[in-house]
Amino acid sequence: MKPYKDFFYKLKKDKIPFSAFIVLVILYCLILFADFFAVYPSNYSNRNLAYQPPSNLYIIDKNNRLKFPYTYNYIKTFDKDSLEIEYKQDRSKKYKLKFFAKGYEYKFLGLFKCNLHLISKPEDCNLFLLGTDINGHDVYSRLFFGGQISLTIGFLALLISIPIGAIYGGISGYLGGRVDKILMRTAEAVMSVPSFYLLIILASILPSNMTSKQRFALITAILALIGWAGFARVIRGMVLSIKNMEYIKAIETIGASRRRIIIKHILPQTSSYVIIAITLSVPSYILAESGLSFLGLGIQLPDASWGNMLKEAQEFANILYRPWLLTPGFLIFIAVLSFNVLGDKIRDISDPKTIK
Amino acid sequence: MSTWVYIFKRILSSIPILFIVSLISFFLIRLSPVDPLAQLKMNPAISKETIEKETKRLGLDKPIIVQYMLWAKNFIVGNMGYCTDNTKVSTKIKSRILNTLLLSICVIFVSWIIALPLGIIAAVYYDSLFDKILTVLTSVGMAIPSFFFAILMLLFAQKTGWFPIGGLQSVNFPEMNLIQKILDIIHHLALPVFVLSTISLSSIMRQMRANLLDILNQEYVKFAYAKGLTKFKVITKHALRNAINPIITMLGFEFAGLLSGAALTEYVFQYPGLGKLILEAVLASDINLVMASLMIGAFMLILGNLIADILLKITDPRVRV
Repeated sequence: MKPYKDFFYKLKKDKIPFSAFIVLVILYCLILFADFFAVYPSNYSNRNLAYQPPSNLYIIDKNNRLKFPYTYNYIKTFDKDSLEIEYKQDRSKKYKLKFFAKGYEYKFLGLFKCNLHLISKPEDCNLFLLGTDINGHDVYSRLFFGGQISLTIGFLALLISIPIGAIYGGISGYLGGRVDKILMRTAEAVMSVPSFYLLIILASILPSNMTSKQRFALITAILALIGWAGFARVIRGMVLSIKNMEYIKAIETIGASRRRIIIKHILPQTSSYVIIAITLSVPSYILAESGLSFLGLGIQLPDASWGNMLKEAQEFANILYRPWLLTPGFLIFIAVLSFNVLGDKIRDISDPKTIK
Repeated sequence: MSTWVYIFKRILSSIPILFIVSLISFFLIRLSPVDPLAQLKMNPAISKETIEKETKRLGLDKPIIVQYMLWAKNFIVGNMGYCTDNTKVSTKIKSRILNTLLLSICVIFVSWIIALPLGIIAAVYYDSLFDKILTVLTSVGMAIPSFFFAILMLLFAQKTGWFPIGGLQSVNFPEMNLIQKILDIIHHLALPVFVLSTISLSSIMRQMRANLLDILNQEYVKFAYAKGLTKFKVITKHALRNAINPIITMLGFEFAGLLSGAALTEYVFQYPGLGKLILEAVLASDINLVMASLMIGAFMLILGNLIADILLKITDPRVRV
């Protein structure tokens, strides 16, 4: 237990990495309880209300008195001269917001049915806190559901790439000789393909008639393919120095099999590096997923991810007139920033050179 | 003379890597269920003869190993086939390579010119306010998704009107004289270069700072101080020369990151580079073009690493093959 206590003590002492840690905990709580925070279910879409601007919340009314938060509906009008759809606020009726109230039904953590929500929409009110996109999806609710994919895909990809990289590097380093040469040349070749080129090509050859779950799994696998080679090279370097240690010689004399030596005795020695590599590489996976989905090659509609929510920002008119569609970008930024800051701190803590 | 031997050996060792890359990319694409000539066949502007010529050139009626041999032979000669819009792949790629190289060289130049001095100052004044501000700024620079930053910059260009939106040349480019042409290209390059160098600058600066900090703690630096040298002399003559080596190795990686990172930025800015080309090719499932640009991308990356290694050999005589 002691090393972990020590770790948290060191983390708490430095305010910036600690706040990054807190931000990440909050983000993961938000996506874990996404249904509780969301106003609309993940598959809600109302094409009649495409591109509605965010509903403004008011707490001070015309007479300058403090009121419970309320909002107005928008009326959609079609301007025949300019051929544009306009949304105007309908000031005739106020809608009071409801907190901790009943909304659509969902399964709480997948366990039991529940319909409690942080904010739920009043009857007949088109409450869209961050506006809607072209399909009339509620951007605010989809931020939570999109986060579920964007923030977990990195970890899932690492679950694939870390074991592959570790075993590949372990075999290459321990066996040495010709095996090492062939394995390392192959890894270098994989690293020599510009990773993003490889990503988009792999994503584009996926068949289009897949269910969203299959697609998610395959995208994760593809993401895992880009990271393992560099990781394997570092592990190989570490194995090269570990294998000459005396305890390995001792185990060899006892007669342990090569598989046992690599998996049981050599690879566990690299675990501190692996932990650092995980925190430092999650952000690159988040960025890669968002880039892929931004191009329309990653997660597909009707599923949400922060990247494919930003896809609409490809159209210049959207950036100019509907800036609320850009909100997922800021969330990606915050998540990646927090991971980077936290990863740097973890590296500093576990690197004996920085002890002062 | 040993430098030349080193360079020669290094070039030799990158040949098997290119070979493996070509194997990987060829089989990846050919084993996918996409018909490589589907797009060509659908385009009525392309004659039957062209399609037959392509079928023969790719050897589609023969086993896949023979197909690979044929493709490799053609590729080495420079015959990369036709795009879906019936232009030669080689001519299309040639102009894009130059544009991407132009962008990458500008980005590397700008980011190094800014990052190295900043990294040095941050290391020398370690833990000062300046250092802390820089650390925060570099974290921010590394965390922005390149395409999102590019979108924000487009918004900026539109609101202020200071920069052209997208492309590499203005509409009236052919009528300009030489100086106007250069200025026009610089004007168009400004935003993509700004976006990409902000991102790559952050990592170079951090590396520079970390290296120099390591070196400044070494005994020989203390000894140099003890001899009575000025701080300026110690840093420029002793510390910097040793701290710069890992940064040169980074040049190769930097180039790699740029090729990948530039794809999205090029796409958002509509910059006619290799990244945008490969994206368009992928979206249109133009197999010939995808294969060719993938190989060229890998080739450029290996070349970048090669140049970095040679530079390292020149600056650090301890390096051996």
